[in-house]
Amino acid sequence: MAEQVWTLAGKPNCRLLRPSILLLMALVLVLLGTAVREPDRLQVVTQSRMAYPQPKVLTPSRTDVLVLTPWLAPIVWEGTFNSDILNVQFQLQNTTVGLTVFAIKKYVVFLKLFLETAEKHFMAGHRVIYYVFTDRPDAVPRVALGPGRRLQVLRARPYARWQDVSMRRMQMLSEAAEQRFLREVDYLVCADVDMQFHDHVGVEILSPLFGTLHPAFYGRPREAFTYERRPQSQAHIPWDEGDFYYMGAFFGGSVPEVQRLTKACHQAMLADRANGIEAVWHDESHLNKYLLYHKPTKVLSPEYMWDQQLLGWPSVLRKLRFVAVPKNHQEIRKSESGGQPTGSPEGAGRAGRAAGN
Amino acid sequence: MALVLVLLGYGILSPGGRMLGSLGAGTAVREPDRLQVVTQSRMAYPQPKVLTPSRTDVLVLTPWLAPIVWEGTFNSDILNVQFQLQNTTVGLTVFAIKKYVVFLKLFLETAEKHFMAGHRVIYYVFTDRPDAVPRVALGPGRRLQVLRARPYARWQDVSMRRMQMLSEAAEQRFLREVDYLVCADVDMQFHDHVGVEILSPLFGTLHPAFYGRPREAFTYERRPQSQAHIPWDEGDFYYMGAFFGGSVPEVQRLTKACHQAMLADRANGIEAVWHDESHLNKYLLYHKPTKVLSPEYMWDQQLLGWPSVLRKLRFVAVPKNHQEIRKSESGGQPTGSPEGAGRAGRAAGN
Repeated sequence: MAEQVWTLAGKPNCRLLRPSILLLMALVLVLLGTAVREPDRLQVVTQSRMAYPQPKVLTPSRTDVLVLTPWLAPIVWEGTFNSDILNVQFQLQNTTVGLTVFAIKKYVVFLKLFLETAEKHFMAGHRVIYYVFTDRPDAVPRVALGPGRRLQVLRARPYARWQDVSMRRMQMLSEAAEQRFLREVDYLVCADVDMQFHDHVGVEILSPLFGTLHPAFYGRPREAFTYERRPQSQAHIPWDEGDFYYMGAFFGGSVPEVQRLTKACHQAMLADRANGIEAVWHDESHLNKYLLYHKPTKVLSPEYMWDQQLLGWPSVLRKLRFVAVPKNHQEIRKSESGGQPTGSPEGAGRAGRAAGN
Repeated sequence: MALVLVLLGYGILSPGGRMLGSLGAGTAVREPDRLQVVTQSRMAYPQPKVLTPSRTDVLVLTPWLAPIVWEGTFNSDILNVQFQLQNTTVGLTVFAIKKYVVFLKLFLETAEKHFMAGHRVIYYVFTDRPDAVPRVALGPGRRLQVLRARPYARWQDVSMRRMQMLSEAAEQRFLREVDYLVCADVDMQFHDHVGVEILSPLFGTLHPAFYGRPREAFTYERRPQSQAHIPWDEGDFYYMGAFFGGSVPEVQRLTKACHQAMLADRANGIEAVWHDESHLNKYLLYHKPTKVLSPEYMWDQQLLGWPSVLRKLRFVAVPKNHQEIRKSESGGQPTGSPEGAGRAGRAAGN
């Protein structure tokens, strides 16, 4: 990739080679050595011989669910993909996936289960870097990691309000994307920490930009989506618009696309703050606005974002891959000084919105 | 330092490295999928229903998650906006060698009606008879270029050498002029919408005679001595050689690989059973396409009728007399009519 960039930049200037320019070229080459990865540059890779059942053109893989958005992005459900083929495709590109998670204040308690189950189910066989953002680095558990997998602890500023803890993730992600992710990984997966992996979550999710269907809304009409409806907010979506309601707890894509998304959401939230408004579902509202006007290239089914305690196990879900860990919202959000949490919208969010529907 | 500053000005050294596509408009290659995700504006359309599949009678996703494009799976309004925002230009290549120039008028006139309406199009007509290229009125943003092609004596070579000519032209001109290439046979007409829903880094089209058949029935090249050889237990689909495409870099890779494979076969004294189509199928087996087009995009109504699984017939064969069209001008006999036997025989016999 560095070579390609150099070729494009160098062609018109090849006549200017002079000793002083050579030094400059050395400088440029060094800088290009840290060039960004381009995961989709070689979109089509050379496979080798593989044995698997023939796909049947006259037999849909799923007859109960939509597997393709109107803009031809796959909606990823069990039965739609063959992991053997996909694993080879991504391994041939030596794909590295970054999994980001925020464990602020008491939320460090979720890390052990999150990481242990990720070790079992997340991107097995591929290179993985866990990026744990925390204000309590000493509380990050030592979890045994498989080969080709490592963990980095990144210092995060703890905000007092849980809404700000949630929203400021966008800022921290966009900054880290520029400073380190671009050089270290091909794809980013950004997840909430109070979750565990329960089944396979692999390269089938990877694409330039993906969002995940919120488990409480995948069967609902768009008027029921809890988009931000006030026109004063940057996150505003009118009643007659909207494809899906995406969950803020699991999104990702290539590093450049995630950087664009997180930066846009952060700036939108700053604008709202300056205008004295906060979107009803915080970063999730802004994520939904972004993904409406920047259509994702894959959409993950609710297999990838579920709460079995609240929603059971409907037959439309053949696997529950990434599921909520039961938690006591009041307890976990209570500030250390003993003050009361301001409601428990996350609980009201998932539970209330799901149960009430 | 001036150089560095200039380059910084071009954003080459920006951490996002996103400026590649906009560099040096004169010589830069286009990067159609660089900005994969574009900013849309407000649009009104029905909500997609998660619990309602778009099609219940056909597969719409390959096992490697490439869309299989059928009517009902896509919303053209959304897609048109996405591609227009990137100012997409599509090149449509067609070969009209010797008598095949007679097909150009209908091909181009129907393309004007149905192919990539609203987008920038360049028709690349490869021919040995530039004077016979008809003057067809073209809509705005659409133009035609005639490229000189060498006429081969055997029709099999006429078919196969297209790969060589495409790979050379891809490098020499297509890279600078278009974002996507669509490579089509000329003895065809557009009968319904063929739009940006087909565009992706690499696409192939399901052959109309084989989309419902088991892989053992696919007429892959089966002799291990050929570069196009595919074993009996492998194969996803049987793709038609008459309609494939993708981004220019990917089509360049495909056509070059097929041409080199055909040269290797020739050196080994073997010619694949279905010529360039055999090699295309080998390539697409080991370089999975990122979209697959349904037989809506490659049909022969005379031979195959209009089954209900096809809601539209978009790109269809023009009836032709194979003996007549392939007879050499010196009066010699054509060596069989495998193309006719190809479509007709293979379809009717199944």
